[in-house]
Amino acid sequence: MAMDSAKQARIGRLKWHCRRALLELDIVFQRFWELKGDDLDEQTETTLTRLLALEDHDVWDLVNGRAQIDDPALTTLAEMLRNTCVPEPVKH
Amino acid sequence: MSYTVRKFDAVIVGAGGAGLRAAIQLSEAGFKTAVLTKVFPTRSHTVAAQGGVAASLGNSEEDHWHWHMYDTVKGSDWLGDQDAIEFMVRKANECVVELEHYGMPFDRLDNGKIYQRPFGGHMSNFGEKPVRRSCAAADRTGHAMLHAMYQRNVKVNTQFFVEWQALDLIRDAEGDVQGVTAMDMETGEVVAFHSKVTIFATGGAGRIFYSSTNAFINTGDGLGMAARAGIPLEDMEFWQFHPTGVAGAGVLITEGVRGEGGILRNASGERFMERYAPNAKDLASRDVVSRAMVTEINEGRGCGPNKDYVLLDITHLDPATIMKRLPGIREIGIQFAGVDAIKEPLPVVPTCHYQMGGIPTNYLGQVVIPGADGPNTVVNGFYAAGECACASVHGANRLGTNSLLDLLVFGKSAGETAVDELKKGAAAHKPLATEAIEKTLARLDRLNTQKDGANVHETRLEMQRSMQKHAGVFRFNDLLKAGVSKIMEVADAVAKTEIKDKSQVFNTARIEALELDNLIEVAKATMVSAEARKESRGAHVRDDAHDTPETPDGRDDKNWLKHTIWHREGNRLEYKPVQMKPLTVDTIELKKRAY
Repeated sequence: MAMDSAKQARIGRLKWHCRRALLELDIVFQRFWELKGDDLDEQTETTLTRLLALEDHDVWDLVNGRAQIDDPALTTLAEMLRNTCVPEPVKH
Repeated sequence: MSYTVRKFDAVIVGAGGAGLRAAIQLSEAGFKTAVLTKVFPTRSHTVAAQGGVAASLGNSEEDHWHWHMYDTVKGSDWLGDQDAIEFMVRKANECVVELEHYGMPFDRLDNGKIYQRPFGGHMSNFGEKPVRRSCAAADRTGHAMLHAMYQRNVKVNTQFFVEWQALDLIRDAEGDVQGVTAMDMETGEVVAFHSKVTIFATGGAGRIFYSSTNAFINTGDGLGMAARAGIPLEDMEFWQFHPTGVAGAGVLITEGVRGEGGILRNASGERFMERYAPNAKDLASRDVVSRAMVTEINEGRGCGPNKDYVLLDITHLDPATIMKRLPGIREIGIQFAGVDAIKEPLPVVPTCHYQMGGIPTNYLGQVVIPGADGPNTVVNGFYAAGECACASVHGANRLGTNSLLDLLVFGKSAGETAVDELKKGAAAHKPLATEAIEKTLARLDRLNTQKDGANVHETRLEMQRSMQKHAGVFRFNDLLKAGVSKIMEVADAVAKTEIKDKSQVFNTARIEALELDNLIEVAKATMVSAEARKESRGAHVRDDAHDTPETPDGRDDKNWLKHTIWHREGNRLEYKPVQMKPLTVDTIELKKRAY
C-alpha cells in the first residue's frame, strides 16, 4: 500500500537527517534504511527522530556501545543499529 | 517552473568551518548575510577533524611562523603558493586566539595556556626536529570549533537557511557573480539569492572515489556550480589518500594500529612491506605504504573474491593490548567489515581523504581565473575558502592540522575582503542575470521529465569505481588515458539521469541526482588533470615518472612546476606559474622533499 504524502514527507526528512558529519554514521544509517525499508512504525519513527537530534559523536558512541544513555527506547534503537547492521563476514 | 528572489548583501554557501568563519566577519560588520547549508551547521564534515589546528604559538617550546611556513612549502612539494602560505601561517596565532575568545574549549597546560601536541611534518628550525604546534580539543577539535563559531554567528544575527541545496552560481554576461539559485528541501521551492558578494565554502568532493573517508555530504557542490558557470578548477589531480581505509566502507583505520604492531599481508599471507621498505616495513610513510598496497593488488596478490584489498593483521597482538591501546578498532572491524580484528585480519585499501585542489583563489579569498589581468584576474563578487578552494597553500600535499587552519584563515580572509568591498561600495546588486537562472530551471526540468534515463545510484557507483581504478593513489599512464574516455562516458550518463520520485518535499532522490551533477565535474577535472601531469609530485604519483638526478622521486620542476587549470568547456587545460615569492621573506628554494 502506498504511503500517504504526509508520512512520505516525514520519512524523506528522516532520511535526510541521517546524512551526518561522520562516514561511520552515514554507513550505519544507510544499512538501516536498506534493512527496514521506508515504512517505519510510529515508535521507531519517533525514537529515530530523537536519536538524530543528538550530536554525531554521541550517536556514534551509543551505536558502537562505548556510551550508554538512561533512555530505554534510544538504547534499544542503538543496539538494533549495532547488531543488525553488521555486514556479512568477508571471505579472504 | 517559477522562482522567487531574495536579496542579501552577502550569501555564503556552506556552514562548515570556512563558511561559519566568513559569516562572522560579514555579520559583525553589520551586513545582511545569508548562509545556505544542506545540513545543520554542526553536522558539517568539519566535525570529523580530530587532529587539531596548527599555530606556532610556542606554548610548550620555541616555535616560529617561518618554520611552519617552511614545513608547509616542503609538504606541498613546492607546488604551494608561497605568498598564500606565508599569509596563512602568520595569521594562525591570531585566528586561534580569536577562536579561543569565541569559547572554543582548547586543551590547556597547567599554566592555562593552550596545550599543543606534535603532528607529522611539523618541525622546528627548518626541518630539524618535531615541534608541538597542534592546538586541539581532545579528539573533537572540529566539533568544538563548529559549535563555538555557530554560537558566535547566532549572536551576530547571521541568517541561516538550513536544508537548502544550492543549485547554480548566478553569473552575468560580464562574468560577475550575483549570488546563487537554491532549493528549499522542505518545499521544493526555488529561490534566487541575489547578493552583492557570494562566498563558496562547500567543502571537498571526496565522494568521487569508491573508497573515501569522506561523509556522504562531501559531493563537491561548490566545485560543480563553479565549473558549470565557467569558473575553472585548479590542481584537481592532487588528492591525499590514507593507506588504511576499511575495504568497501572507507572508514579510517588509524596509523596507530601499525604503530602498535599491525602487519600488512597479501593473499598468501606474506608481510609484503618487507620487500618495499626493508627497514621501516609497515611503518613506512603513507605514500610508500599506499603504493606498495596498490602494487600488490595490481599484480594479483590482493585478497578476497575480487583480489581487490590487502589485510591488516593484529591477531598476533595480545587482545588486552588491542582493547587498551586501540579502542574502537574492534568495533570498526565488526561494524564495517564483519570481522573481529582480535581473531581475523581486517580488509583494507588506500582511501581518499582530502582534496588539495579546488576553486582558484588568491590569499584574500577572491576567486581568480585567467582573464584580462593575467592568470589571476579577480572574478567580481566571488570568493571561496576551505577545502573547496585552492589558495594554494597545500600544493601537491597537505600537512595534518593545516586543513583546520586553512578554513579559519581563509574563511576570515574571504569575509574581510568581502566586507572591504561592501564598505567601499564597490560591490552592488547588479540587475539580476535571469538568463543564468533559466539555465538552472532547465536543468531541474530535464531531471523531472527524463524518461528511460540512467539510474543515479548505479551511475554514481560507475563514476566512483572508475576514479578508484584509473586515478587512485598510484597512477599508470595507460589507465589514466583509458580513464579519460571512461569518465566522459559516465558524464554522458549523468546528463541523462532519471528519478522515479517527483515529489517536492524532502525528495532525497532528487538531491542525490543534483549532487551527482556536481561530483561528475570534479571527477572529470581530476581525471583529465592527472592524465596530463607527466611527473610525480606530492600526492600525484605516477608509475612512469622515474627517479633521476634531474627528476628526484619523479618530480620534474623544469617542466611541471606549475598549477593546472581545468576548464569544463572543452575539457581544456592550461597552466599558470606557482607563486614562489612570499610576502616578506626570501623564497624557500626548491629541493628534494625528504623526511
